[in-house]
Amino acid sequence: MAHALDAFAAERERAARTWDRAGANDVARTSEDAWSRFLSMGFPTTREEEWRFTSVEPIAEGAFTLGAPPTAVSRDLDVDPLRVPGAAAELVFVNGWYVASLSKRGTLPGGAQVESLASALTDRAGRVRTHLARVAPFDRKPFVALNVALFADGAWIELPAGAVMTQPIHLLFLSTGQADGRPMMAHPHVVMNFGENGQACVVETFAGLAGARYFTNVVTEIVLGENVILEHYRLQFEGPDAYHVGTVHVQAHRGAAYASHSVSLGGALVRNDLTAVLNGEGVECTLNGLYASDGDRLVDNHTTIDHARPHCGSREIYKGILAGRARGVFNGKIIVRPDAQKTDAKQTNRALLLSEDARINTKPQLEILANDVKCTHGAAVGQLDEEALFYLRSRGLSRDAARRLLIEAFAIDVLNRMPLDPVRAAVEARLQRQLAIALPSAA
Amino acid sequence: MLTVSNLHAAAAGREILRGIDLSISAGEVHAIMGPNGSGKSTLARVLAGHPEYQVTAGEVRFECVDLLAMDPESRARAGVFMAFQYPVEIPGVSNAYFLKAALNALRASRGQEELDAIEFMTLVRDRMAQLGIDEALLTRPVNDGFSGGEKKRNEIFQMTMLEPRLAILDETDSGLDIDALKIVAQGVNAMRRSDRAFLLVTHYQRLLNYIVPDVVHVLADGRIVRSGGKELAFELEEKGYGWLEAQVGG
Repeated sequence: MAHALDAFAAERERAARTWDRAGANDVARTSEDAWSRFLSMGFPTTREEEWRFTSVEPIAEGAFTLGAPPTAVSRDLDVDPLRVPGAAAELVFVNGWYVASLSKRGTLPGGAQVESLASALTDRAGRVRTHLARVAPFDRKPFVALNVALFADGAWIELPAGAVMTQPIHLLFLSTGQADGRPMMAHPHVVMNFGENGQACVVETFAGLAGARYFTNVVTEIVLGENVILEHYRLQFEGPDAYHVGTVHVQAHRGAAYASHSVSLGGALVRNDLTAVLNGEGVECTLNGLYASDGDRLVDNHTTIDHARPHCGSREIYKGILAGRARGVFNGKIIVRPDAQKTDAKQTNRALLLSEDARINTKPQLEILANDVKCTHGAAVGQLDEEALFYLRSRGLSRDAARRLLIEAFAIDVLNRMPLDPVRAAVEARLQRQLAIALPSAA
Repeated sequence: MLTVSNLHAAAAGREILRGIDLSISAGEVHAIMGPNGSGKSTLARVLAGHPEYQVTAGEVRFECVDLLAMDPESRARAGVFMAFQYPVEIPGVSNAYFLKAALNALRASRGQEELDAIEFMTLVRDRMAQLGIDEALLTRPVNDGFSGGEKKRNEIFQMTMLEPRLAILDETDSGLDIDALKIVAQGVNAMRRSDRAFLLVTHYQRLLNYIVPDVVHVLADGRIVRSGGKELAFELEEKGYGWLEAQVGG
C-alpha cells in the first residue's frame, strides 16, 4: 500500500504546484490539509463497515496520472449524444478540465453564475472559498480528502435568491483514459449554492471511452437555501472498465425540496455516496436510484438521509438489475435526530438478479432517536417471475423479448419519477442497449 | 387439427396425465370436464408448453406438426392460445404495449408487416367494442389490480386480438358472475369459425349453456373416461362426478 500511495504523492506534488502558481493561497492550504488528512486515513479497506463489500484496491494500486489540460479533444469522444437538449448551460470537462470549445451557454437569470470552478476561483475567489470543501467532510471521508487534494477544476453554480430556471444546467464529465501510457484520473469538484426561493434542475453526466481504464473521483457539494426546489440528476455512464467514486453532500434548509435521480449503468468498480442533511423544518427529500451491472463489475450505493429537524419527509427508492457475475451493494441509512419529531421517512430497495452468479448485499440502517416519527423500509431481492415469463411467451413473445420486457417493467417506476423527458428517454435507451448486450450471457 | 395420443405428463416427479387420447377437428368445440385434481388444467398447460410439466410419454400433433417439440412462443405463433386460469399480473407493462408486442411477434413470424399505431388502435377499438371493454384498460398495467372477472375478460380480449387457430380456455368460467360469463361466451361464439377450434376446460356445466360444445370429454385421474355429445354435460351436472370416479376405481 505504501508503494501505491507514492504514486498518488507524486501526483499530489503536481496538483499543489497548480494552486501555488495560481497564487490561490487559501485553496493551496485547504488542499494541503486535505492531503494530510488523506495520508492519515489512507484508502478505506474492507475491514471498515462502510466499505465491507467494496474493495478499492484496484484504485489504490492503479498508478493513475492527472494528465494535463487537453490541447486538442480526441475525435473518439462523441459528445453530441450525451448532450442534454435545451440546456440553459452545458459545461463540458475532459479528464477533469473545463473545455470552453465544447461547452455551451444560453441565457441565465440575472446574477446566476454557472462556470468552471478554476475560473470562479480566479474571478470571485472570496465567494467561492467560503463554500469550497465546507459541506462534504474531507476530514472523515478519504475519497473526499483525495479529491480536495488533487482537484484541478470542476463547476461552480450559484443562483441568487428567487432565481427560477426552467431549463436544466448540464455538467458533462468525459474521460479519454490514458496519458503517457498511464491510466488517467480526474477529481472534479462541483459546488452548487442556491439562494432562497430558487428553482433549478442540474444534470451531471459521467462518461468515457469504452475499453479505457481510468478513475473518476468526483465530489459535489450542494447548499439549498430556504424553499429552494432542486431536481438533481446524476448519470453515471462511465466506460465498462472505469473506476468511479462519486460523493454528493446536500445541505437543505427550511422548506427546500431536493430530488436526486441517481442512475449508475457504467464502470467496473463504482461507489456512489449520497448524503442529504435535512437541516430545516419542512424539507422534502426524494432519492430515486437505478443501477444495472453485468460481467464482473461492482456497483455500490451508499445513501444517508439525516433528518436533523422536525416535519421533514423523505422518499427513497433504489432499484438494481444485476446480471453475469455482477455484484451490487446497497446501504441506505436514515438518521432521525432527537429533535426531528414528525419525521416521515420511507425507504424501498429492490434488486433483480438475472443470473445464478449475480449477488447483492443490501442493508437498511435506521437510527431513530426521536419518538413521534413514521419510518418504513422494505428490501426485496428476486429473480424474474417464471409464471410471468411463461405468460408473455404464451402470447408469442420470444424468451429474450419477454425477459427484456419484465426487466424494463421492473425499472419503469424509477424512470417514471424522472420529470425531465430527454434525460429519462436517454436513460431508458441506454438501459435497453445494455440489457441487449448483457442478457445473452445472463440467459 | 389437434391429435393427442397416449399423453403422459408429470410435475415435480408426480404423474398427472396418464394416457390422454383426444382428437379435435377444425371448426369443433370440445369441452373437458372433470373433478378437481383430475388433470384438466394440466392438460391445458402442457398443450401451451408450460415449463413446469415434463411430458413422459405420448405425442401431440397440431396441424401435423410435433407440438411438444416447440417452445411456448412457437406454439403461440403457430396459432395456439391458452386463456389462463389465473392470468398473471405484470405491473409496469401496459396492456396496449403488451398486446402490440404480442400481435407484432405473431405477425412477424408469419412474414406480415408490423401494425402501425393507427392500425393497431383501429383493431383494438373494434375488439373492445365487441366485448364491451372500456378503453381505459389499455393504459392499465397487465392484469395488475384487476378483479377476477376483469382478468378473465382480458384473456378473452387477448384471444380476439390474437385470433388463434386453437383456443384453449382453462376454467375461464370459474368465479365469474352470470353477466361476465355471458360476455366470455359471446366472445367465444363470435369467434367460432370452420377453421378454428376450441378446447374448453371447465368444472361446471354452466358455461356450456352459453357455448354449445360438439364433444364433451370427462377426465378423471389423468385419463379421459368418457366422451359424448353435449348431453353428457347435463348428465354430469345431474349426477356429479362421484359415479364416474367409482366406475374408474372399479
